[in-house]
Amino acid sequence: MTDDRFDSPYPRYDVLEKWDTPSYNDQTREALAKRMDEVPPRRFFTAAEFTTLQAVCARVVPQPGRAAPVPIAPFIDSDLHAGRGTGTRYAAMPDDRTAWRQGMAAIDAEAKARHGSTFAELADAQQDSILSAINQGECAASGAWRDLPAQDFFRKLLLKWIVSVYYVHPAAMSEIGYGGPASPRGYVRLGPNEADPWEAPLSEKGARQ
Amino acid sequence: MSGRVSVLDDAAELRPRAVSGRAPDVFSREDCVPMAQFRDEEEVDFAIVGTGCGGGVLAAKLAEAGGSVVAFDAGPFFRPLADFASDEREQEKLYWLEERISDGENPIELGSNNSGRCVGGSTVHFQMVALRFRPEWFQARTKLGYGADWPVDWREMWRYYEEVEKACSISGPIRYPWGPKRGRYPYRAHEVNAAGLVLARGAEALGIDWAPTPLCTLSAPHGKSPPCVYRGMCKIGCSTNAKQSVLVTYIPRALAAGAEIRDLATVGRIETDRWGRATGVAYFREGRWRFQKARHVIVAGYSIETPRLLLNSHSARHPDGLANSSGLVGRHLMVHSNHAVWAEFDEEIRWYKGPPSMACCEHWNYADDDPTKDFDGGYAFMSQGPLPSDFATSIVTNSGEFGMDLRARMAKYNRMAGLKMVGETMPQADNRVTLSEGKDDLGLPRPRVTFGYCDNDKRLYAHALDFMGRMIEAAEGKNRFETEGTAHLMGGCRMGEDPKTSVVNADGRSWDVPNLWVCDGSLMPTGGGVNPSMTILANAARIADRMIAAGRRGEV
Repeated sequence: MTDDRFDSPYPRYDVLEKWDTPSYNDQTREALAKRMDEVPPRRFFTAAEFTTLQAVCARVVPQPGRAAPVPIAPFIDSDLHAGRGTGTRYAAMPDDRTAWRQGMAAIDAEAKARHGSTFAELADAQQDSILSAINQGECAASGAWRDLPAQDFFRKLLLKWIVSVYYVHPAAMSEIGYGGPASPRGYVRLGPNEADPWEAPLSEKGARQ
Repeated sequence: MSGRVSVLDDAAELRPRAVSGRAPDVFSREDCVPMAQFRDEEEVDFAIVGTGCGGGVLAAKLAEAGGSVVAFDAGPFFRPLADFASDEREQEKLYWLEERISDGENPIELGSNNSGRCVGGSTVHFQMVALRFRPEWFQARTKLGYGADWPVDWREMWRYYEEVEKACSISGPIRYPWGPKRGRYPYRAHEVNAAGLVLARGAEALGIDWAPTPLCTLSAPHGKSPPCVYRGMCKIGCSTNAKQSVLVTYIPRALAAGAEIRDLATVGRIETDRWGRATGVAYFREGRWRFQKARHVIVAGYSIETPRLLLNSHSARHPDGLANSSGLVGRHLMVHSNHAVWAEFDEEIRWYKGPPSMACCEHWNYADDDPTKDFDGGYAFMSQGPLPSDFATSIVTNSGEFGMDLRARMAKYNRMAGLKMVGETMPQADNRVTLSEGKDDLGLPRPRVTFGYCDNDKRLYAHALDFMGRMIEAAEGKNRFETEGTAHLMGGCRMGEDPKTSVVNADGRSWDVPNLWVCDGSLMPTGGGVNPSMTILANAARIADRMIAAGRRGEV
């Protein structure tokens, strides 16, 4: 996998083309329109924290070649501002809001300890190596994490939250060939290498089978 | 619908809908059905806390037997046709997302995989796998040498499985390969999707049985519900009403029989009088605390909220919490290990179509004599069909993968298949629910859930991972990887035959407080190696009949 490009197996497929078909109902159109048209303003994070978060999101889900990248950080900010819960507070972790603030500060502290500048200012490869180290629980600025377990924060909060925002966006649904909204019309063809006309056409590999 | 600005604005989460003698008609987009209404000061026969597999069934059956019933739910009263979007993020509104503390050696994730928060409970988001316990599991201690015995004969339970399978129009195969003979399922089996056929291929290659999963979604119309259209979003709520959740089965029955449902109503305490009898429930609704008088209180809030409520209802007479003279309220909490193997296939599978688990294998629930079985208990496993966000989150929390590697892995979404286990864990006294120091928005102590696997649990899931790995490889899956996790909750207020070793008796009646009952998954003395919903439903149907019979004898 090259670092700078992403090739979808379904380059010509777009779940939004079904917008006016029976695959979409009113409530789904409303939820998706809101997501695409109303990017929430920053209300929870400080400007500095938000800059770090945006830089982290850009490495967790790199979107080169996309004119309008799917926004992620604003939705995390909005969730935390609204106090949207996840159902779980691990005893070894502070509450979500505290964890995110501490986590952003700690990621910046890692960048400063290793390279002398903020995380957002680093090159992609430097950012990646910091995130990989955190994912392994290897911290250069361990004091900055305080009571936050670095690996748990990284996997169970940060990565989880980021991908759960990205993979509900129509652009993400389209790139993986997911059928997307499907109500009231669901699917008829359920077997291997079968696709209904309102699904992504079989990829070249599938079609050859 | 023309002229409507917003379909999601009139949110069920914001204001109670079951008010003024009307409740939502779940088969409509905006209509209501008539509903009985009781005054707080009117002493009703039954105040039921929770409207899922336990409370929903009781509300229907007790009201149909002539009892006056008020059933409370902390969550909203949805109309699926208008309220449920085809969207993972929007539909998180079905889960219990309030902060709960997760602690212990292996802290469990709470929310979508074990806790619902709406009228109908977790059945609104469950994945509809409708399996029965193996008969011997009801006497696990006596017959199999582990766990605890249920105070119930398996044949009685099997009669009630039949009752609830009929009430939920379960679709399933004509002959089910494991366990004693059972009648045909009420509805024919669904066509197995490509993800299920991977399991079938693997099972056939290894020479073991598999079956189309008995499922709680219609394969033909029933009443006002249409057959399943295979949209595959069962875990985020069925927007067509094909899923036969408690919300569209027992709740309408309860309302028609004269029960009142109170949505967005959180019960915070069960009050008791100076003789130690329950007098009713204190509940928060529409911005204030109120008190409903009741002759009997039935707690049906599932394995975390039920113990939480009992523990929080302590008093001078019950200093350690209500019904807790045994010290067992909150203890013996169980989960199912939910580990999985995943692999890529040459063909396009598109597991998003159809219910997520259309094929299942219960081989290891019935293989006592296999020399490789090095654990007590059992496990089933099923084919999988996670939606994109669900799949991505399970990858990143398990492996920490990110960046272009993650996007590339997700691009194989349509060629993935998986096998995921439902593995029995042992009832351990120290796996438990307690009250934490922290308080929620209503001032109620937040629950703390402590969980750790024992050695047997670890041997069991290791065995499953090995076996499922071999099976997915036999099905020609490539680049296999594993994830771990848990699903479901069982135990926390076990029923039994001895007041010293159980919280309630076989009827669900508290040993300590004669007019206090528990009826939900927390009663389960053991967890079994199958999804628990049908067992909780069947046990609730049984308890309802026991209560009605006791009432006829003048004991209720």
